[in-house]
Amino acid sequence: MTSLRPDLAIIAREVRAHARILDVGCGDGLLLAALRDTKDADARGMELDARDVATAVARGLSVVQGDADTDLADYPDGSFDYAILSQTLQTTKRPDLVLDHLVRIGRQAFVSFPNFAQWRIRFAHMFGGRMPVTEQLPHRWYDTPNIHHVTIDDFRSFLNERNIRIEGQWFLSGDQPRNERFANLLAEHAVFLLRRDEAASEF
Amino acid sequence: MHKDTRFGLDKKTQLLGPVQLDSGVEFAPVEFAYETYGALNADKSNAILICHALTGDQYVASNHPVTGKAGWWTRMVGPGKPIDPARHCIISINVLGSCMGSSGPASIDPITGAPYAMGFPVITIADMVRAQALLLDHLGIETLEAVVGGSMGGMQALSWAALYPERVRSAVIIASTARHSAQNIAFHEVGRQAIMADPSWNNGAYYGHEAPSAGLSVARMAAHITYLSEAGLTEKFGRRLQNRDAKSFGFDADFQVESYLRYQGLSFVDRFDANSYLYITRAMDYFDLAELHEGVLAKVFAGTKTRFCLISFDSDWLYPTAESRRIVHALNAAGAAASFVELSSPFGHDAFLLEAPEMNRIVDGFLRAGESR
Repeated sequence: MTSLRPDLAIIAREVRAHARILDVGCGDGLLLAALRDTKDADARGMELDARDVATAVARGLSVVQGDADTDLADYPDGSFDYAILSQTLQTTKRPDLVLDHLVRIGRQAFVSFPNFAQWRIRFAHMFGGRMPVTEQLPHRWYDTPNIHHVTIDDFRSFLNERNIRIEGQWFLSGDQPRNERFANLLAEHAVFLLRRDEAASEF
Repeated sequence: MHKDTRFGLDKKTQLLGPVQLDSGVEFAPVEFAYETYGALNADKSNAILICHALTGDQYVASNHPVTGKAGWWTRMVGPGKPIDPARHCIISINVLGSCMGSSGPASIDPITGAPYAMGFPVITIADMVRAQALLLDHLGIETLEAVVGGSMGGMQALSWAALYPERVRSAVIIASTARHSAQNIAFHEVGRQAIMADPSWNNGAYYGHEAPSAGLSVARMAAHITYLSEAGLTEKFGRRLQNRDAKSFGFDADFQVESYLRYQGLSFVDRFDANSYLYITRAMDYFDLAELHEGVLAKVFAGTKTRFCLISFDSDWLYPTAESRRIVHALNAAGAAASFVELSSPFGHDAFLLEAPEMNRIVDGFLRAGESR
């Protein structure tokens, strides 16, 4: 089996067996195939790129070509055990609305994103005076798909405002896991497991 | 093992029925013309029904008896193709209302001993599917591994999943729609009026006399335009002249595109019955899958266990991607296992009949995943 990207490996490890899963921005379906094969998951996906969708469907996965910004509204509340958004949040037009849908559709949601406050990025910006181009974010300002960069602290305060509970969090430097201490400064990637706080969202 | 004569090429059978039609009519007896390719396996789990489009027929992978041309979907169906007689028992049935051997307006009404003509009942896509179910009962096939169709064939595949969800494990719907739009109906009406304006049509009672070929030919020409894209037409013909260096200042086919369309119209009338064209276009116009569910398409598929695969083409303006997406949204809302992709092609609606390696790759993967479950 092709080895999974580190953030995907965390998600694949944490998902319960036999779960119903929707992976939003699933690419060519590598994570979904792994979840189907190792966790016997009922794994579905959504992906914008037609070629990736074709590859995923040819793998035998149920994947629809669609846009996280426009095509999540039809899924009923709680229709999946997990909704997954990996490395896609920062590419959406309205990450806030996408996240609302994610915690609505999934009883739990995994979200992973590159941390824009990691020290290398801060350095590149502060001393280079230019938009950071790093190993984790290799795009230039004009061709980047990442239109809404976010930091771990931004994300946490957003969740707080929206009454979304954090039920798990993992941080990565390169391929290596690291602890929560100074994560906003030191972690390149973050993975969060979220749940909508039902009691609070009544108001 | 003795040979089962129900299976094979160029089969015909008459079943008592009746088929309960949407119009309220009980239609019987029902004639069927169909072909099968490949053998049914021991547990009868490898049957795939191919549904044809408006002017298609049962000759999906064998030569057409009138034109002598190869089957209409040999790119998808055949040895080494996604739908493979080595693996599947493939069934292709001429639809009710058509003219290649199944009951249609040109068939003999057993009561009068003359062709039905306009006495043939108006049918719907669902009626076509109910008739097909009757034939599958006759073949002893309870469950289909898949129903596969493009264009009107896709409408039948959707109707199969809606009417007989327990009999359909997978459905492949290509370049199709869940309802005919006003524009779809409008183009069909032009075709029907062209046929009915032909004096030879004679209210449909032309059998044994001259057929309304001019009208049917114009109907085909108008429809053919909707099967191609503007870019495709421009690339193929542009404003190029046909076998001449200058405009004739007359009404000959000066332009290549005119000549092409005239040829399409003329060659069509040799293989198709004008009344069948009226009845089948009517069936398509009446098609609105959500009609019986308060217009909510998701309700059609509530609780379905059928897997769905939809494919659209970006240059198809007859059944554009938005129509496939509407179906996908409904399937998502119903929690159905659905796959969908829009493929790029310059060839418009006809793209599903042409070389499309990506389409084959998707259908192949989708079917194999269903088989391994």
